[in-house]
Amino acid sequence: MSEVAIIGAGVAGLTCACELLDRGIGISIYEQAGKLGEGSCSWFAGGMLAPYCERDTAEHEVMQRGLLAARWWQKHVTGVTQKGSLVLALPRDRNELERLSRLGKQCRWIETPEILEIEPGLADFSGPGLLFPDEAHLNPRNALQDLANYLKMREVSIRFGQAVRPEDLDAKTVLDCRGHHSHDVLPGLRGVKGEMMILQTEDISLTRPVRLLHPRQPIYIVPRDDHQFMLGATLIESSERARFSVRSMLDLLHSAILLSSSFGEAEIIESGVDVRPAFNDNIPRLYRKDNVIFVNGLYRHGFLLGPALAIQAADAVINPDQWEELPQCA
Amino acid sequence: MTMLELYGRSFENRMLLGTARYPSPSKLAEAVQASNTEIVTVSLRREAGGSHAGEKFWNLIKSLNVTILPNTAGCYSAREAVTTAQMARECFQTDWIKLEVIGDSESLHPDTAGLVEAARILDAEGFRVFPYTTEDLVVAEKLLHAGCEVLMPWGAPIGTARGLNNEYGLRALRSRFDTIPIIVDAGIGLPSHAARAMELGSDAVLLNTAVARAEDPARMAEAFAEGIRAGRNAYLAGPMQPSDMPRTSTSLIDKADLRE
Repeated sequence: MSEVAIIGAGVAGLTCACELLDRGIGISIYEQAGKLGEGSCSWFAGGMLAPYCERDTAEHEVMQRGLLAARWWQKHVTGVTQKGSLVLALPRDRNELERLSRLGKQCRWIETPEILEIEPGLADFSGPGLLFPDEAHLNPRNALQDLANYLKMREVSIRFGQAVRPEDLDAKTVLDCRGHHSHDVLPGLRGVKGEMMILQTEDISLTRPVRLLHPRQPIYIVPRDDHQFMLGATLIESSERARFSVRSMLDLLHSAILLSSSFGEAEIIESGVDVRPAFNDNIPRLYRKDNVIFVNGLYRHGFLLGPALAIQAADAVINPDQWEELPQCA
Repeated sequence: MTMLELYGRSFENRMLLGTARYPSPSKLAEAVQASNTEIVTVSLRREAGGSHAGEKFWNLIKSLNVTILPNTAGCYSAREAVTTAQMARECFQTDWIKLEVIGDSESLHPDTAGLVEAARILDAEGFRVFPYTTEDLVVAEKLLHAGCEVLMPWGAPIGTARGLNNEYGLRALRSRFDTIPIIVDAGIGLPSHAARAMELGSDAVLLNTAVARAEDPARMAEAFAEGIRAGRNAYLAGPMQPSDMPRTSTSLIDKADLRE
């Protein structure tokens, strides 16, 4: 019997697993799917470690708790790139950037000639921007694999194909990290649908995530290896895990082409849909019930806030005082 | 104080709030509570999914205990707006519908021809239509003929926060249709804009982005509620008219004569 059993090998479960191992606590980890990433919304994430840019839509607390993310990931996985983020807007939407610069703070204004200098791929974009120099990004799929390897090197292997529930497990503490799959036990949890695509083209290269603050369909494009680009993502109040709508695809692609017409010739190599688990304030938190801690509500911030939430979960596992302070799950 | 009367129902609060673009549903709920808003608009389009997929968010809105005014935001034709209205009626169990038919995807200018057409169809189907329109008097006339008992002229184009672009037009609309409730909708950026709309004699103001995208939505919602109340009171109190001649507000009779 291991000290802690973790259910779910998405970003929440894996960050908790690593954090507990780092503190010398024995764990076992169970995943319902047959392989890594399957059935997990982390698989479709953008992988931006961008606490300041997120202020566009997220609260101050998200920024605060996301500040440690880049360092945590650098310690546990390879391929964390820290070249900042670039946020752009059409000239008419300059007010959107002004708002973000006031909220996000750690940025400076950047105009067309300099934008071209740092991102020559954006040659046909003309508009103001903000550069957030300290932000980072990673490829979520590689990062999840790296975390799985990190566990393996410490002799923990993920038990795939195990659809277990907390009450099935014989462990001192159980961490329920099943994301939206836990909605039946966490009444406050809702699903927020997201649609994303992966494009491939050799006609453009980018060195950092680029966001476009379009008032109707804001997008981000995150460069990945092999001339691939992750294009995301819609935010729809729905728990539907399928059905990429024509309208969403049109909006996302329209915004992508506004950034660079080169995306017009790109190949669409993947389109993905899933739901993010969120509480009503869109802020992740822990709940406890008997010997179970629910680690949930990461919303669109799995990679940004996963580390902070894992640290909090590990603290609660170790320290009975913090355990007592966790809100009880209904 | 007189109540706001809309299709036979009375409301104390003259602020209507949109539910889109908040940082989270909790922030939306706080904004509704802080402003004592009694009517919220909800867009159905984006959330529409199969079998109860959007239920959590809808239930959350329902739990605010406010009157729900579904809207047809993002519809580009009368037909699309009618279909959306029918879906909304089923989903929210209400025959109220805020009718938006957008004519241009860039400027989001209302398609007033499509609006009148859709209003006629929806009225025949028993809907209570709240048409989002411009300040055009002739369009307003046609909307009333189509069965609308409320007018919702814009302040400025959607999301621009420019305030009242055409005060003269709004004033003309007010004086022409002096018994029809007028709700100024869209383009409101500041409580002073909302107060101004109320000073002109509008019956209510509908806003969304100005609250949703404020750094502190609840506080901004409260500020708007105060602005709207102040504007309404000023209108009822009968404001003084501007004059070219300065006039002292203090009587001079008792002033000491220091010349001697």
